[in-house]
Amino acid sequence: MTVTVTAPLLDVQDLAKHFPVGSPLSGKRGIVRGVDGVSFTIGRGEVLGLVGESGSGKTTVGRTVLRLQDPTAGAIRFRGQDITHLSRRALRPVRQHMQLVFQDPYASLNPRMSVESILSAPLIIHGEKMARGERRARVEEALQLVGLFPAAADRYPHEFSGGQRQRIGIARALMLRPELLVADEAVSALDVSVQAQVINLLMDLREQLQLSMLFIAHDLAVVGAISDRVAVMYLGRIVEVAPTAALFTGPRHPYTEALFSAAPDTDPARRPQRIVLKGDLPSPLSPPSGCAFRMRCPYAVSACADDQPALRVAGPGHFKACIRDDLTLSAPLKVR
Amino acid sequence: MSGVGTSQMEMAAGKPVRQGNRAVRRFLRHRLAIIGLLIILFLVLACAIGPSLLPYNQLHIDLRHRFQAPFMGPHILGSDQLGRDLLARLLMAGRISLTVGFVAMVLSTAVGVIIGLASGFYGGRIGGALMRLVDAVLCFPSIFLLLTLAALTTPSLLTITVIIALTAWMQVARIVDGQVRALRERDYMIAAEALGASDSRLMFRELLPNIVAPIVVSATLNVANAILMEAYVSYLGYGIQPPTPSWGNMLNNAQEYLTTAPWLALLPGAVITLAVSSFNFVGDGLRDALDPHMDLPG
Amino acid sequence: MSALLDVEDLAVRFRSDSGEVTALEGVSFSVAAGETLAIVGESSSGKSVSALAIMRLLPPAPACRVTGRIRFQGRDGPISLLDLPERAMVAVRGGEIAMIFQEPMTSLNPVHMIGRQIAEAVLAHEGGGKTAALRRAIELLDLVGIPDAARRAESYPHQLSGGMRQRAMIAMALASRPKLLIADEPTTALDVTVQAQILDLLRRLQAETGLAIIFITHNLGVVAEIADRTLVMYSGQVVEEAPTASLLAAPLMPYTRGLLNSVPRLEAALRPGQRLPAIAGNVPDPRHRPAACTFQPRCDWAQPDICGVTRPGMERVAEAHLVRCARWREIAV
Repeated sequence: MTVTVTAPLLDVQDLAKHFPVGSPLSGKRGIVRGVDGVSFTIGRGEVLGLVGESGSGKTTVGRTVLRLQDPTAGAIRFRGQDITHLSRRALRPVRQHMQLVFQDPYASLNPRMSVESILSAPLIIHGEKMARGERRARVEEALQLVGLFPAAADRYPHEFSGGQRQRIGIARALMLRPELLVADEAVSALDVSVQAQVINLLMDLREQLQLSMLFIAHDLAVVGAISDRVAVMYLGRIVEVAPTAALFTGPRHPYTEALFSAAPDTDPARRPQRIVLKGDLPSPLSPPSGCAFRMRCPYAVSACADDQPALRVAGPGHFKACIRDDLTLSAPLKVR
Repeated sequence: MSGVGTSQMEMAAGKPVRQGNRAVRRFLRHRLAIIGLLIILFLVLACAIGPSLLPYNQLHIDLRHRFQAPFMGPHILGSDQLGRDLLARLLMAGRISLTVGFVAMVLSTAVGVIIGLASGFYGGRIGGALMRLVDAVLCFPSIFLLLTLAALTTPSLLTITVIIALTAWMQVARIVDGQVRALRERDYMIAAEALGASDSRLMFRELLPNIVAPIVVSATLNVANAILMEAYVSYLGYGIQPPTPSWGNMLNNAQEYLTTAPWLALLPGAVITLAVSSFNFVGDGLRDALDPHMDLPG
Repeated sequence: MSALLDVEDLAVRFRSDSGEVTALEGVSFSVAAGETLAIVGESSSGKSVSALAIMRLLPPAPACRVTGRIRFQGRDGPISLLDLPERAMVAVRGGEIAMIFQEPMTSLNPVHMIGRQIAEAVLAHEGGGKTAALRRAIELLDLVGIPDAARRAESYPHQLSGGMRQRAMIAMALASRPKLLIADEPTTALDVTVQAQILDLLRRLQAETGLAIIFITHNLGVVAEIADRTLVMYSGQVVEEAPTASLLAAPLMPYTRGLLNSVPRLEAALRPGQRLPAIAGNVPDPRHRPAACTFQPRCDWAQPDICGVTRPGMERVAEAHLVRCARWREIAV
C-alpha cells in the first residue's frame, strides 16, 4: 500500500457547480456558473487556504467537496476513493473522515440541544456503541481539547459567547477524529481579540491530530497565518495558487495584487501603494468573455477578451491564470 | 464583532436564566391566560369527579320535577323535559365534549406535524404536492366537510373525533411546513447533515424541538376549535347521539323549549363559550410567552 | 474652536427580566467640525449603543434609561439632544445629523426606486418642486460615484450590488446636507476591494463638504485609513482616546495594545506554525462585569491589589491622549 501514502488526501479535478436561475414567469432563464473548472489537491496534514470575495464561489467549493451539494461536473477523490457520485447511504461512512466548521457561531449550534447532546450526536449517528458514561467522557475530552471546561456539557449554546460557541463547533467537528476539516470563514465572525485565539487553537489541533484543512476565508492575513498553500478565487475560478510565502512575496495575478493592496492595514508605511479597483464583481449571469477579471484589471489588454486563461506554471508550485507574463506586480512582503 | 445592536442585545439577554423559566414568567403575567387556565382546570376536575358527588345521575328520570328552573328545587341547575338533572348532564356531557376536544387535537396535531415536517423538509415536488393537498382540503368549508363525512358514517364517539381531527390538521401542517422551510438551511442542520444524520434524526431530533412553540399554540387553539365543531355537529344531530349527552346535543334538545325553559339552552351554551374562550385565551398567552422575539430586548 | 458635538458622562442602562444591565457608562468625547472620529470596539463594548443614544434611537424610558449630556452645535445655535422634544429630534435626525448602517437594505425601502427615495429626503429637508428634488437626487448619486446616475436612479435597491447600495444610502444621508454623519460599521459587510472604494468616497466627501464623521468599527485597519482621532471602547467604557497615528504607534492601555497585536498581519505568512499574539479570555458579560478595572481579568499588566480594587478614571497622558489604566506610566516606559 505504499502507493496510497503519497497520494493526496483530497483530489479535486475540474469541479463545477452550476445553478439554474430565473423563474418560468419572468421568462428569463440562465445558468450561474458558481464554480467552474476548479482543480486542487490537499495532501495529508496540509492546510490549503482558499481566498476570495463574496460571490467567488469559495463556500460552494467547500460544500461541494463535502458532498453537501452535488457537483455539476468534475471528480472528487477522498482518501483514494471517488466520492463524486456516492449515494447518501454510501457517503455515511465517508463523512466521519471529513467535517465542517461554520462561520456563524450563533447559527451553527442547535439552540434547543445541550452541549452534551450536540457533541454526542456524531457518536450516536455513527452508531458507536458505548455506555452513557463513556460517551460523556468523550464529550468532556473534546471540550478540554478545545479549551473549555467539562462542565460546559450541561449548558445550552445561548449561555456562551461567540468565541466559546465557535470552540464548541470545532469540538463537534472533531468528535469523530476526521482527517479533513473544511473551515468556512471559521473565524471571520469573531471579535478580533478572540479571532487570534481560535486561529491558534486550529493550529494546535492541526499539529496534535495531523489534520488536513481547507481553510476558506476572505481575509488574506488570516489565511496566510495558517495555510501552507493558498488558492485565490475570482468569479468561480481559481486564478492563482502558490505556496503561502511565494504568494505573499510575489503574487503573479493582478487580482491577487489588488486584494493585497485593498486590505486595510494598521501600518502606515504600507498604505501609499494602494490600488483601488474600479467597479464591482461582474454579474455571474453574464460574465465577460475571456478573462473574468479584465473589466476591473489595470493591466488588461485586448487579448484578454479572447480566451478564458487556464492555470499555468509561474514558479515552483506556483500557478496563475493570466496571459500577461511581462508584469512586475507589487508584493506586500519582501523575500527574506 | 457582528457590530450592530444585536450582539449587544444578545449578550444582555444571554446567560444563565433558562429559556423555559422566562416563558413561564411571561405566561404568568398574562392575566386572561391564567384565568383561562384556571377555568379549564376547574371544568376538567368538575367533569371528572363532579358526577360521583351529585345525588342524581345524568340518566335518572324524575317526572315529579320536570322543567324545574335553576335554584328552584332539588336540581341545582334545573331539569329538562324528563326531569333529568341538568348539572349532572352538563358534567357528563363535558366529559364527552372535552375528550373529543383533546383527542381530536392530539390526532390533528400529529397528522399536521407529520405532513408539515415531510413537506417542509423534502420540499420540491413532495412538498408541493402535500401543500396543494392542504390547500385542496382547506377549500371546503370545514363545517360542510364535517357534515358530509358525518352523514356518511355511523356516528360514534370515535368516528366524530376522527372526523373533527380530519378537518383541523391543515393549519398545523401549514405552520410546521413554513417553520421547517425557514429552519431547513440553518447551519446546524447542515452540520447534522455533514455528520451523516438520517432524515428522521434531522426531522425529529434537530428540527422538531425548534418548532414546539408554534405547535403548542396551535394545538391549544385546536382544542377550542374541536369543542366548537363537536357542538355544531351534535347540535345538527349528526354527532354524539342521545341519550349520551354532549354539550352540542343538549343544545339540540333544548331548542324545542327555548321559550318555556330557556335555561336548557343557555347553560350548555354558556359552558361551551366558557370552555372555548378559555382555550383561546391560553393559546394567546402561550403565543406571547413562547415567542422567541420577546427574548431579544433583554 | 468649539466642538460640533460634545458628549459628557453618557450612560445607558437597559432593564431586563433579570435586572438592570449597564450598556454604557461615563462616556465623554467631542467631535469637531470636519473631523473624523473613530469609535473602535468589540461586541458589547457599547460602540453602537453610543451612536444610537446620540440619535435617540434607543427604546423609550422604562426599558432603557439614558443619562448624561449631549450638546450639538446646530444651525440655529447649540441644542441639548437628550432634552429635545421628540418632534424637534425628528428634524435633527436625518437632518443635521445623518446615520448610515452596516446593512443598507434596512434603511432603503425595497419597493421604491432609489432616485425617488433620495428625492423624498431632499423634499423633506429643502422643499422645492418634485423635479428639482429629483435632479438633486441624481446629482447626489453622481457625487457618491454611482456611474450613469440618471439611469441608476430608476433602479430598485435589490437591483444594486452591495457596494452600490451603500453608496445610495450615503447619497440619501447627504440629501439633508448634514453637519455630522454617524457611520455604524458601514463597510463591514463589504468585500475588501469595495470597502476600499467606500473609504475613498467618505474621505473625498469630507474634503468637499466639511462633514464631520463618527465612524464606528471593529476593524483597526479601517481606523488607520480614515480617522483623525480614535476612541477605544471596552465593556461599556472608553478606555483610550488619542490621535489615530499616536494611538497606533504607541498605545498605552493594555487592551488597545492587545487588540492591535491580535489583528492578523500579512507578515504571519512568513512565520509558518507560529502562534498569533492573542488576548486570553472573553469579553465579560455586561451583567457580570468586574467591579474595578473591567479589563483586569484578561490583562497581563494587572496587579490585583491595584487593578482589582478601584476602577481607574480617564487620565490625560498628553495633549490629546487620554487613557483609563492605573499602570500607564510603567507601560509607557
